[in-house]
Amino acid sequence: MVVFEKPKTLTDAPLHYCPGCTHGIIHRLVAEVIDELGIDGRTIGVAPVGCSVMAYDYFTCDFIQAPHGRAPAVATGVKRADPENNIVFTYQGDGDLAAIGTAETVHAAARRENITVIFVNNAIYGMTGGQMAPTTLPGQVTQTSPYGRDVETVGYPVKVCELLQNVDGAAYLERVAVNNPANVRKAKAAIKKAFRNQLDGKGFSLIEVVSTCPTNWGLTPQKALEWLEENMLPYYPLGVYKDIYAEEAK
Amino acid sequence: MGEKVLMKGNEAIAEAAIRAGCMHYFGYPITPQTEIAAYMAKRMPKVGGVFLQAESEIAAINMVLGVAATGKRVMTSSSSPGVSLKSEGISYIAGSDVPALIVNVQRGGPGLGGIQPSQSDYFQAVKGGSHGDFMKIVLAPSSVQEMASLTSTAFDLADKYRMPAMILADGTMGQMMEPVELPETEPNTFDKPWALTGTKGERKHNIVNSLYLKPEELEKTNFERFARYKTIEENEVLYEEYLMDDADICVVSFGITARVAKNAIVEARAKGIKVGMIRPITLWPFPKKVLREAADKCKAFISVEMNMGQMIEDVKLATECKKPVYLCNRTGGMIPSPEEVLAKIEEVNEGGDK
Repeated sequence: MVVFEKPKTLTDAPLHYCPGCTHGIIHRLVAEVIDELGIDGRTIGVAPVGCSVMAYDYFTCDFIQAPHGRAPAVATGVKRADPENNIVFTYQGDGDLAAIGTAETVHAAARRENITVIFVNNAIYGMTGGQMAPTTLPGQVTQTSPYGRDVETVGYPVKVCELLQNVDGAAYLERVAVNNPANVRKAKAAIKKAFRNQLDGKGFSLIEVVSTCPTNWGLTPQKALEWLEENMLPYYPLGVYKDIYAEEAK
Repeated sequence: MGEKVLMKGNEAIAEAAIRAGCMHYFGYPITPQTEIAAYMAKRMPKVGGVFLQAESEIAAINMVLGVAATGKRVMTSSSSPGVSLKSEGISYIAGSDVPALIVNVQRGGPGLGGIQPSQSDYFQAVKGGSHGDFMKIVLAPSSVQEMASLTSTAFDLADKYRMPAMILADGTMGQMMEPVELPETEPNTFDKPWALTGTKGERKHNIVNSLYLKPEELEKTNFERFARYKTIEENEVLYEEYLMDDADICVVSFGITARVAKNAIVEARAKGIKVGMIRPITLWPFPKKVLREAADKCKAFISVEMNMGQMIEDVKLATECKKPVYLCNRTGGMIPSPEEVLAKIEEVNEGGDK
């Protein structure tokens, strides 16, 4: 008999996320992976500033809430405090990771910091009410790009996996999405590999999850998924951007 | 205590920290504190500890936050402009109620300022120094020996009260060499049931956090934190009194300027002027009570400091303006000479500023 259960790494706290937001799915995938690897008792999560700031209430493992963008630096401290025991992951949005926290992200990767980064890219600042993010698409309308993102004046989006590809210390970079069941399965496999890498001491792994923000995109959950497929995925192609151990195995 | 060794103040802090059980150091190069990082880089691998040069002061203080949350002793060090960069992280450390040591070997400011010694981060150090309602314990060493011994004290106080502690030194204290006796005893340990060690499936998750979206909760947390601060103000004040028994004039000074002032006081005494000194060792909590009592006995106070007059405000508050408080200062990296301090003492003895 197959019983559909809540992962034991998720608490009973009701999620505060908006209808159609994909944070809930991603939280669940992370929790399932932690369950399956049997590491809940030694996992310490690092929450960002942004919509997922209260992740600490949703996971049953130990958690710390980091200043905006600084999660990889905080994670570095937590990991180095007890590298044999602590399994450390950060959970960050695009504003947090790719704007204010760019330096912390790049240097954690460069140091080959043995941590797992879950990067949720929905091309907008959600919690503050829909401002232009470092990953906002050209032409995309937000509160602070009301006429659409004008690349002539504010430049182009940051493609995080492509950027980190050139950082020698990064071990594993993959961009996934959770817009349909097939992609959800792929996303889970990627997240699991990113945690397993850490268990094996393989260094810095980052999984970018292309996500939706129906509320701030001004779309219904269904339309938001369509918009993601039509606009986000062409700009942020899914796939493995780096896997140094796969290359070694060849 | 062990044998005496000749060390730089910066090195004394580093060695004392390791002996206090600090196995994690994160920093970023800046003059005039770099010897701390250099010493740690050499020693930490030998004692099984972690030395990590971060990409910025901001990253370094957040690495400190990460280790502090696991309950282990951890420190960073910097100098004035670098401490400004750390101020966000220091507020989070205070708001998350975790212990950590921050060392500021001050240089002149504002801006990039200079690299010569200064005490111009006094306000930043003792008035919170970042966003939100919080304080940190601030210790001001006046010798290389105190650079070492106050480092142990700072770790103990930080652990005891779950808050950031700061050593507020200056370029002179960091660079000068003096004989120092380092502690040989085992460091004190504190129970840390709040620490992030992994639940091991045996307890509910621990959360280290400074976010309270309900204002009632944040207010309650701040009230509780300040009740703890009150206990510290009642129990942890440290100061030195020098020739205060019969003093008419009370010099107030900390760190390197207290040593300069001592020379001036000896000279003034030789001239028959009844002058003494109260040297705050904890700048927060500030030695208010002893200064208030001195205000009943002395006719005037002189605040000797290397800034445009920052501690003088606390001296005025502590003495409730019962007696005049004069300022004897140099700034921008200049150190007052004993002659300058003596001249000020003589001037005050003759009735005040000319």
